Amino acid sequence: MTARDTILASIRRALGVTGREAPRRQAVADRLKEHPRGVVPARGQLPQPERLALFRAMVEAAAGTVEDVRADDVPGAVARFLRAHNLPMAIRRGADPRLAALPWDRERTLAVTTGASRGGDLAAISHAFGAAAESGTLMLTSGADNPTTLNFLPDTHVVVVAAADVAGDYETLWQRLRERLGAAVPRNVNLITGPSRSADIAQTLILGAHGPRRLHVLVVGGH
Amino acid sequence: MTLRATSPAFKENVREALSDVQLQKALGGGLGFTEQRRRAAEKLPEFEALRDSARDIKNHTLAHLDLYLEAYEERVVATGGQVHYAVDAEAARTIILDICRTAAAKTVTKGKTMIAEEIGLNDFLEQNGVVPVETDLGEYIIQIRHETPSHIIAPAIHLNKEQVEEDFRRVHTHLPPDRNLSEPATLLAEARAILREKFLAADVGITGANFLVAETGSSIIVTNEGNGDLTQTLPKIHIVLATIEKLVPTLEDAAQLLRVLARSATGQEMAVYTTLSTGPRRPDDPDGPAQYHVVILDNGRSAMLGGEFQDMLRCIRCGACMNHCPVFNAIGGHAYGWVYPGPMGAVLTPSLIGVDQAGHLPNASTFCGRCEEVCPVRIPLPRMMRSWREREFERHLSPATVRSGLAVWAFFAKRPRLYGLATGIAARALSLAGIFTGRLRWLPLASGWTRYRDFPVPQGATFQSQWKRRKR
Repeated sequence: MTARDTILASIRRALGVTGREAPRRQAVADRLKEHPRGVVPARGQLPQPERLALFRAMVEAAAGTVEDVRADDVPGAVARFLRAHNLPMAIRRGADPRLAALPWDRERTLAVTTGASRGGDLAAISHAFGAAAESGTLMLTSGADNPTTLNFLPDTHVVVVAAADVAGDYETLWQRLRERLGAAVPRNVNLITGPSRSADIAQTLILGAHGPRRLHVLVVGGH
Repeated sequence: MTLRATSPAFKENVREALSDVQLQKALGGGLGFTEQRRRAAEKLPEFEALRDSARDIKNHTLAHLDLYLEAYEERVVATGGQVHYAVDAEAARTIILDICRTAAAKTVTKGKTMIAEEIGLNDFLEQNGVVPVETDLGEYIIQIRHETPSHIIAPAIHLNKEQVEEDFRRVHTHLPPDRNLSEPATLLAEARAILREKFLAADVGITGANFLVAETGSSIIVTNEGNGDLTQTLPKIHIVLATIEKLVPTLEDAAQLLRVLARSATGQEMAVYTTLSTGPRRPDDPDGPAQYHVVILDNGRSAMLGGEFQDMLRCIRCGACMNHCPVFNAIGGHAYGWVYPGPMGAVLTPSLIGVDQAGHLPNASTFCGRCEEVCPVRIPLPRMMRSWREREFERHLSPATVRSGLAVWAFFAKRPRLYGLATGIAARALSLAGIFTGRLRWLPLASGWTRYRDFPVPQGATFQSQWKRRKR
């Protein structure tokens, strides 16, 4: 008997089942197909203007910063943010067409590189798949458009999110993921709520443990 | 075989812990988590309803665990991942070492996983020429101290910053000896720089999983530092080590559990990083591991299904029960002697390593009930500790003095008149003995109490006689 069979047999023996019971199989198949929503907090179901306001407040509560910008001002906002923090004028991005289409050439002093990070970059910019206002959480998906390494290796992470993609709750994001990507779930779905932190030494909370010390969110189209 | 337990020596462990000045200093301020949890729960009106929902999801999953396991496996394989099954710790270690060997791995980075502690993975890898590097800050600190975690989400909570500074100076000898390490921030910066190199150099990354999602074949890790993500993104191979009860049916179900997890643990609305990983890197991906393995471990859990300890398998490892436990707060986590401390450990440990080994743990409770009050999946921890005490008694594992004491008590308890008479006499005798001071410094048969503190004398009549009077 393989280990797999041993474990399944042991589970079935303990539960007093065979695994062939039609009602049990149906219950499992139904749940996987229908993925019923459970309790969704009321704060995750706000209409648009309040939803964006909640999103901004929750990002800030999680020690992130947030700014409303027009799409064509994203490069300018990036340059201002880097300058304000005395950071080198360089940023790395993936191949996301929404980022590629931005007027980066307006910022002459800003060096923009593309592709995954190998650890040498101080700042990166990604485009979020969406966000959940209920906790100020960004959702990013892996791939050439927005490489996962950009979310974790640089010290500063700037994330662009379209106001229309800011959902109230996680459930809405799961549903959009299913609708847009079908069975092709990306390797990583990253839910990010604020910058990296640790309180492992003497219960003292410090930002920037292994991931970014700064998380700056640019909401586009929210005016 | 699993990690060797010192749980049988619990009493000695406790004595040491109580007289350990450094430990008491670290625990002294109390755990800030409890206040933060309370605030987070109060801020979310649906919190109690979410706890019910979380409990129900776990119950449903456990009742259909065989089928969800099969569904999960099918999705992992369909997305290009590999699933390995391990009945016990030894099997899990062997599977992991074999995967490391196929990659000729020299170093392995590790995200925080209690299961790896449970199977004693680090020592085993080291013995076999693979260097494991813990990357969670707390885990890294205890690894260089050759210790085990003392808390399931804050592994180095038993240490203060001076101890960490001392360890960093001892181990990071390539750095200037006159550097300033007086603040947690400088200690963190040093660890970050050192571990950054390790992340980039590792051949294999091992993480645990907070959840396995049957619907998508995804593993989910929840962290604040981002170390788990670097661990699983940068090396060629990602190994997920998880036990069978981590399964949840769908992404919606995961969302219910995520809403109670961080709030119960640290009082955050959401941990900083919640990451779903599904299969290896896709053909067009510029980063991510080329191989994705999941090692699913049983190690005694399937035997808990269908029995009186099944509810324990709902546990999502938030640590709220230990944060709120007066016993844990007094003695820390190491005294429990195995991987899982606090109330959840007191119930789980006897299930996994035997009540003969861990019988002391369920006795280390005041039954104040706070653990159950705050458990996000409403595990009846006090009831289960009581069950273990009964089993320990039935199997004649409790010491002779306890057994004869209980026999004497039972003799009186079954004879109510005699009981009332005896307790009445005792109460009067005790208040007479302490008539001037109101307390007793010494009491026959109770030196275990009076050696450390005075015994307050009874005030007035016994509870039963007062009860009788007031009812009338």
